[in-house]
Amino acid sequence: MQESEVIKTGIISRVNGPIIEARQMASAGMLEVVEVGNLRLIGEVIRIRNEIATIQVYENTTGLLPGEPVYCTGRPLSVRLGPGLLGTIYDGIQRPLQQIAARSGAMIRRGEKAEPLDIEKKWHFKPLLEAGAAVEGGSVYGEVQETLSVLHKIMVPPDVKGSLISMLPEGDYSGETEVCKVRLEDGTERALSLFQYWPVRKPRPVRQRLPLTQPLLTGLRVIDTFFPIAKGGAAAIPGGFGTGKTMTQQALAKWAEAQIIIYIGCGERGNEMTEVLREFPELIDPRSGRSLMERTILIANTSNMPVAAREVSIYTGITLAEYFRDMGYAVAVMADSTSRWAEALRELSGRLEEMPADEGFPAYLPARLASFYERSGRVETLAGDEGSVSVIGAVSPPGGDFSEPVTQHTSRFIRCFWALDRDLANARHYPAISWRNSYSEYLPETSNWWKRQDRDWQNHRDFLMDILQEEVNLQRIAKLVGPDALPEQQRLTLMIAEIIKNAFLQQNSFDEIDMYCSPAKQLWMLRLLVAFSRRAQNIIKAGGSLADLREVPALDKLNRMKSEIDNTDSAAMTSLEQMLLRQLDALERKLKS
Amino acid sequence: MKMPGLQYRGVRNIDGPLLFVDGIRNVSFDELVEIRTPSGELRLGQVLDVSSSSAVVQVFGGSDSLSKAETRTRFLGTSMEIPVSKEMLGRVFDGLGRPKDGLPLPLSAERRDVNGSPINPYSREYPRDFIQTGISSIDIMNTLVRGQKLPIFSGNGLPHNRIAAQIARQAKLLNENVEFAIVFAAMGVKYDVARYFIDSFEQSGVLNNVAMFLSLADDPSAERLITPRAALTLAEYLAFEENMHVLVIITDMTNYCESLREIATARGEIPSRKGYPGYLYSDLASLYERAGRLHGGGGSITQMPILTMPSDDISHPVPDLTGYITEGQIVLDREMFQRGIYPPVAGLPSLSRLMKDGIGKGRTRDDHPHLASQLFAAYSKVKDIRSLASVIGEEELSPADKLYIKFGEVFEHNVVSQGEFENRSIEQSLELGWDALRILPRSELLRVSEQELVQHFDKPVAVNSVQEKV
Repeated sequence: MQESEVIKTGIISRVNGPIIEARQMASAGMLEVVEVGNLRLIGEVIRIRNEIATIQVYENTTGLLPGEPVYCTGRPLSVRLGPGLLGTIYDGIQRPLQQIAARSGAMIRRGEKAEPLDIEKKWHFKPLLEAGAAVEGGSVYGEVQETLSVLHKIMVPPDVKGSLISMLPEGDYSGETEVCKVRLEDGTERALSLFQYWPVRKPRPVRQRLPLTQPLLTGLRVIDTFFPIAKGGAAAIPGGFGTGKTMTQQALAKWAEAQIIIYIGCGERGNEMTEVLREFPELIDPRSGRSLMERTILIANTSNMPVAAREVSIYTGITLAEYFRDMGYAVAVMADSTSRWAEALRELSGRLEEMPADEGFPAYLPARLASFYERSGRVETLAGDEGSVSVIGAVSPPGGDFSEPVTQHTSRFIRCFWALDRDLANARHYPAISWRNSYSEYLPETSNWWKRQDRDWQNHRDFLMDILQEEVNLQRIAKLVGPDALPEQQRLTLMIAEIIKNAFLQQNSFDEIDMYCSPAKQLWMLRLLVAFSRRAQNIIKAGGSLADLREVPALDKLNRMKSEIDNTDSAAMTSLEQMLLRQLDALERKLKS
Repeated sequence: MKMPGLQYRGVRNIDGPLLFVDGIRNVSFDELVEIRTPSGELRLGQVLDVSSSSAVVQVFGGSDSLSKAETRTRFLGTSMEIPVSKEMLGRVFDGLGRPKDGLPLPLSAERRDVNGSPINPYSREYPRDFIQTGISSIDIMNTLVRGQKLPIFSGNGLPHNRIAAQIARQAKLLNENVEFAIVFAAMGVKYDVARYFIDSFEQSGVLNNVAMFLSLADDPSAERLITPRAALTLAEYLAFEENMHVLVIITDMTNYCESLREIATARGEIPSRKGYPGYLYSDLASLYERAGRLHGGGGSITQMPILTMPSDDISHPVPDLTGYITEGQIVLDREMFQRGIYPPVAGLPSLSRLMKDGIGKGRTRDDHPHLASQLFAAYSKVKDIRSLASVIGEEELSPADKLYIKFGEVFEHNVVSQGEFENRSIEQSLELGWDALRILPRSELLRVSEQELVQHFDKPVAVNSVQEKV
């Protein structure tokens, strides 16, 4: 690091919004971080022509003067990794917003700098290796209990290989303390501390990528049962405004069965980040029994914050995710919204006067999207553990029209598509995930897990799905002739579909019980709905009427089971099941006599 | 060091509202520019792009009568600033924040950059204080909370101004007796519209509590880009320094966006949808995000922007991008308006995102969340059944469907519809909601709990006893 302290400087020659040009920059490297102007605003070199560098600046450039200096730093844009990340809220370039608020008050002042991680704080470090041990990138040489629910493994940085020549004993150390020394293969020595850097635009290496086999359970029935995402998978949630993208993302961030959650608010509302920040510490993770904030990192680059930092916030988030993945954790990344990120690319591209492709977006948009989503996956880490990064990106298509470039390109790089439907949202049917336009290619990979819980799972799921799809067709006819003109059997299909929508698909994220639905309860609900549907079909075949069925008293309970029966209350489940079957038995007997 | 006194004579090009000035020194980005026309008139401008020797300047006063040789420019060394003080309430300013009422500039120690600075998300307080507007369709279904940004999506000829004025008149918090200070910004609207608001504020006796920033239809269009920023700068000062609760009404955002498009086109930028610049979203966000509350601070900014949707098209870029930034929208419906329903608040596309945390137990009433959800569900069914009825005829509907049709009528006429000067308490509004639901069979109401049905559906509360509670 000492060498790069020899500062090389250039001179600002042009300012155009977040894009500036500087001359005398022949020694600057592509994607090198620079500090711009007397305020030393952070920027990144994105183009070099002759000795003129084009720089995107991560802060507002008002007042910047041609002639002011530009300082090179000699390193690419990187994040600082180590204990202290969890529970923190960062901006797009990993500045801790709490510290920034403490220094500059409620409004973010420009040129403010703050260490991403607390360098004073002491962590209780427990060494796992001794001097003499051979280490390579990813080797876990110690650990820190960062929060009660997350054990932070201290790893050798990926580019280091050699043998340990010293190790401090167990004790309390600050993040920058040199806890061990490694003799590298070329004979030089390198000291390691609890903290390390990694450039955000470069994926962290892994030993190999593994096939996806496990569902990432989310507690949302329509996702887990109908359109599951696998651990290590990538999903998109496209939807027009007001269809509940953010609500769905937040529900996923709360209840998804991941050990670490990275929530990236990219170009969205400030209040939404505040909501997460105020609400998550109070919520209890149903699995660890600890506060949800202990496993969460927030990246907030709201819509009014500088646009260049919005572009980089996505990379900052996914790099943090990869770091925790390398410790062997299942990580889920929520990116809300990738469209704002694409728009940041478009804005910067426009200022660079690049030739536009679709709707003004740059031609490299698909490539950027692809390389982002491709950083998801289930992997064998360098240390030989298994970890995963699942990515869930919200997409905000203009006018709710899915044929626009960002939605179209995104759908090529993900395998799980949760399309939000305007009509469902208007009827306040949440989550408004359409069963007509959504799909999940992860179904074959994840169904084995479900089948191990219940052999008939696939049949049950497909049975209900068929009813829902049939209903779509029947509704078309019913819209022309009225539902009463349909034969009784088809009207029953409409009725069952209505029950599936009310009792199963719709989920109230503000209801104490319904906000999270355990896999066991989902299986039970699925079974019960299938049992009811099959019996009801038989009753109609035997000459019963819909009116008879509607009179079944347990039907009301069936419709309310999602919010009236607790996830763990198996007694209530059994009793409702028995009551329903008894009443249907009685109805059948009545028909026969 | 800067030398703000230096004056340059002559410009290279004049293109629409843009001047291209050569041979300059020490000019910074976003800097304010004073432009003297050949006849000696002074106008303001702002630096949009600057290199070592030339600058692009946007003229707020319009570029008419400027000449290539005789135009003089002076770079002032600061960005656009306005003075801020409590004394600005009760005053009228032009689109750039200069007095328009013949009185002198307000005395103020403080001048602020109109662009403001982004609020740190960490420092925000999540808004959750219910504002009673006295309008049932808003209070029950699309609740406004203090610190929210809730726009009105309207169309030409619809009564958005009357609704905004009614909200400004009636807005109050249930358990606090605090008046809202009102900051009003008008961009490109007709004088009559501005006059309507002035009269309306005068009639309700709040004019002394209102600061107005007017850039009317005949003012230069570039000026409109500053107007909302000047208004919001004052609002931020009042809310976060003087701890006041401020309601900001901005009309008409569509005109603002058109000015932005005009400048972008003149600069030769690559357009995105419908010719609007690619940064329209970020630009709108830089206005709308200047609403909210601060952690530990007393004041708040509640924003109510009004925009007219060109040919009532909600997918037009202006309403579309607005809807992505604001916390919901009140959509006005032309068909309801033609049927004589005031306020014609469209039931389904309207939305308040912050409603969920501002209502219910301890805030409005326990049954409010479920009741609202039930009304939405039932009304959405009404829409389906109406379209069915238009095909097969109303007589052919099933008895249950006919009840829905009746519910729809009652809902629109008794709950949504009300007088322009009728101020309903939240209790009254909720009871009207339950009254409408009573038309439907009990078994249809799956979104309300059994307990709520027993409490409100089965035992109608007499309206008299309700009013006593208020």
